[in-house]
Amino acid sequence: MTAIDDRPVGVLGSRLLRREDPALLTGEAKFTNDLHLPGALSLALARSPYAHARILSIDLTAALAAPGVVAAYTGAQLADLWAAPMPCAWPVTADMKNPPHYPVAIAKAAYVGDAVAVVLATSETAARDAVELIDVRYEPLAAVVGLEDALSDRVVIHEELGTNKSYQWDLKIEGHEGAIDEAFAGAAYTVKQRYIQQRLLPMAMEPRAVAAVPQPFGGDITLYSSTQVPHILKIMSAITLGIPEHQLRVTTPAVGGGFGSKLDVYAEELLCLALARKHKVPVRWNEERTENAVATIHGRGQIQDMEIAADADGRILAVRVRILGDMGAYLQLVTPGIPLLGAFLYAGVYDIPLYDFSCTSVFTTLTPTDAYRGAGRPEATYAIERAVDSLARQMGIDPMELRQRNFIRKEQFPYTAMTGLVYDSGDHLAAAQMAAELADYDGVRARQTAQNVPGATKLLGIGQASYFEMCGLAPSRVLASLNYSAGGWEAATVRVLPTNKIQVVTGTAPHGQGHETSWSMIVADKLGVSPDDVDVLHSDTAIAPLGLDTYGSRSLPVGGVAIAIACDKVIDKAKKIAAHQLEANEDDLEFAAGTFTVKGSPDKTMPLAAIAFAAFTAHDLPDGLEPNLEAHVTYDPPNFSWPFGTHICTVEVDVETGHVQVLQYVAVDDCGNQVNPLIVEGQVHGGVIQGLAQALFEEAVYDTEGNLKNASLAEYLVPAASDVPSLTLGHTVTPSPTNQLGVKGIGEAGTIGAAPAVINAIVDALSSLGVTDVVMPASPHTVWKTIQAATQGASK
Amino acid sequence: MKISVTVNGTVHENDVEPRTLLVHYVRETLGLTGTNIGCDTSSCGACSLHIGGEAVKSCTVLAVQADGAEVTTIEGMAVDGVMHPMQQAFMQNHGLQCGYCTPGMVMAATSLLKENPNPTEEEVRLGLEGNLCRCTGYHNIVKSVLACAAGE
Repeated sequence: MTAIDDRPVGVLGSRLLRREDPALLTGEAKFTNDLHLPGALSLALARSPYAHARILSIDLTAALAAPGVVAAYTGAQLADLWAAPMPCAWPVTADMKNPPHYPVAIAKAAYVGDAVAVVLATSETAARDAVELIDVRYEPLAAVVGLEDALSDRVVIHEELGTNKSYQWDLKIEGHEGAIDEAFAGAAYTVKQRYIQQRLLPMAMEPRAVAAVPQPFGGDITLYSSTQVPHILKIMSAITLGIPEHQLRVTTPAVGGGFGSKLDVYAEELLCLALARKHKVPVRWNEERTENAVATIHGRGQIQDMEIAADADGRILAVRVRILGDMGAYLQLVTPGIPLLGAFLYAGVYDIPLYDFSCTSVFTTLTPTDAYRGAGRPEATYAIERAVDSLARQMGIDPMELRQRNFIRKEQFPYTAMTGLVYDSGDHLAAAQMAAELADYDGVRARQTAQNVPGATKLLGIGQASYFEMCGLAPSRVLASLNYSAGGWEAATVRVLPTNKIQVVTGTAPHGQGHETSWSMIVADKLGVSPDDVDVLHSDTAIAPLGLDTYGSRSLPVGGVAIAIACDKVIDKAKKIAAHQLEANEDDLEFAAGTFTVKGSPDKTMPLAAIAFAAFTAHDLPDGLEPNLEAHVTYDPPNFSWPFGTHICTVEVDVETGHVQVLQYVAVDDCGNQVNPLIVEGQVHGGVIQGLAQALFEEAVYDTEGNLKNASLAEYLVPAASDVPSLTLGHTVTPSPTNQLGVKGIGEAGTIGAAPAVINAIVDALSSLGVTDVVMPASPHTVWKTIQAATQGASK
Repeated sequence: MKISVTVNGTVHENDVEPRTLLVHYVRETLGLTGTNIGCDTSSCGACSLHIGGEAVKSCTVLAVQADGAEVTTIEGMAVDGVMHPMQQAFMQNHGLQCGYCTPGMVMAATSLLKENPNPTEEEVRLGLEGNLCRCTGYHNIVKSVLACAAGE
């Protein structure tokens, strides 16, 4: 008799529908703003209308007299609540300049939206109404908006630093310096271009929301927050406020998207905690959208000077990169590290021997920047992929052909890059070929030849971007070498309950990624149970005390793998119990489909269910074995994970209006083995549209006074369904050799590939008019102006 | 002001401030928090619900304007514990990720199909242009609505 496999066939890799959905689809799910907290006071913040101003005086009298107001404070009045300034966890260099940053400014406002005073009132409306009554007298100072202006120190924003330059970080490789100069001097072709990564607003659909609930007599305090990082937030809040860490619990109800913008420690979280403790009542804050546009971090914000040198065959010999990064007014949690996450990727998917990278970052009088989907890697991919297209144009060869000459070849993996990092696995040619086939690359080129004739008003273009992404952050020792203040491990507990139901506790903190579904599939596959029998607990430091949360496409390749390893440990322990009870040697036991069988004696079996109950009763366990069936794992990945792929975009550009119509978008991504293709595709869809939106629509537009001109969803162009195309996806599967699931992250891949593919397509369409660059976002006006400049130049 | 509104089949009589928006009335007075708030410029559609079967952004309506009306929120879409076909279509087609825009999206989509039971892809995209989603890139939302229209 053989054991019957009642495990769902091939659960791992199936398109299992998400268990998260019913609650979200019916209104049953609770977001932070939905929590019913009797007696809670509402917090509202007075924010600076000036980008740069000295605070001369603040009069709270009228606000304090307003209906419903319980208290109001200036930054100076709150100063003794902070045990430390707001945290920056990534001091990238020993001499990095980091101005003290407090939740409420004390002497000076350094960006529009910087908090200068707060009100606590019995309702949100009363609090916001009272904020309008606060009388702040400012001495306006000159704004610093441009990055090169900032670097000039014409106006120094933080006087105590003496400069606007925060740091310079170099990736210098021994022996490359002179060799690079020689390579450029002797190159058959060189490309030198400046690219602008415009500031973007993350715009998660749920604005931020916070509630702090104290237990004044018990001493504990609970923070509810719409955050991606409950564990990091707990540690940082404890340090910043001097709260004993064990008395602070951070938990996230449903979280409505993050994209990096909720990977932070924000003033409002610290204020709610501090004021709830001070007033001994719950304090809550809900962000309004226009407030979100200035008070939540922005993404990107870089000037990139990119150079490549190539030989006569188009083999790229060297890359030289100079970045000027926009930190905004202050350093938030990981602000200075964002350019470094791209620092290693400016060689893209190519086998390039010589490399030189340097990043200088400056303060401006704008909202702080920080992680936004892709964080450093979209910027890097954009620069190298744009430069490769420029090289192809210069050489007069097809960019697809040029890429193929330079790809790191499949047989070179694992590939040790000149930066010292080891790329785990890849097959760029296969991904590019699949994408070319799906996009009918040759067919589009043929149509293009027919269509793009002199005088044509609608020009066809096709653009490609091939990317390599380092994600799955990260091996702790590598983070140490980058001066990051935390590790990159993830924790998991897998517990078999007495009735053979499984409880998983994970340190990941999902906010739309479907971890409950995916993690249940990993456990089901390992332990031979139904995914429905697996419960996944997360995002509450009282339930999941250990974790490093969700960002950087880390959850599956670090947190998911931790769960798989914990399952292995559970099986190891179960085997000891089975061997004992079956009176067999452990080495003679096989585990499959949830049952141990003695090799050669198929009638001697013990299912996991029986072992779970035996572990619970503890009546007959091997000597010295603890009576439980659970395992806890803290997993530190040995390497990053390296997803890759090729995206191809086909556009038609109306020469007379500058309008860009995306005709087709193909994304071929390789994230190794897929746990749930349905969820993988969803991640790619969303990521691509965010990248495409950077290319075509989005930009935080500032005037010279530092005012954000499009601080609402009425003016900031988050695309609607009618603005974007359907997508054609393909996947190659090149498993990662560094983890047992063979998985790589996929959360950011779409965003990384999309912007360069779209802009390359537009430049390709317009190249016959002499256009070599189009800045992002490629709005009709920008494209039209670019065409005018190129064609007027040509007619001279 | 006293109002009487039928919400999800139940008549509610409440005294509300004239400036109360319908979205705040359903969320705060009635405790129906499934209707979400995503912006303050009537741009995102997260707060869409039905008045008389037609999708409306509830941040554009005063509670007093709904006096005497039949309002359906996302909580009223499932019947006898079974999700509405549009909710089921969103689940089947992975039409949601974080779920914040989802209630509004479902309300807008059902209203769209009521007006146009067999829309093209383009008609779905145009019909949903008042509802923003940041996670899905709309691909699977459009697929969900088309599948629901096709009775899949």
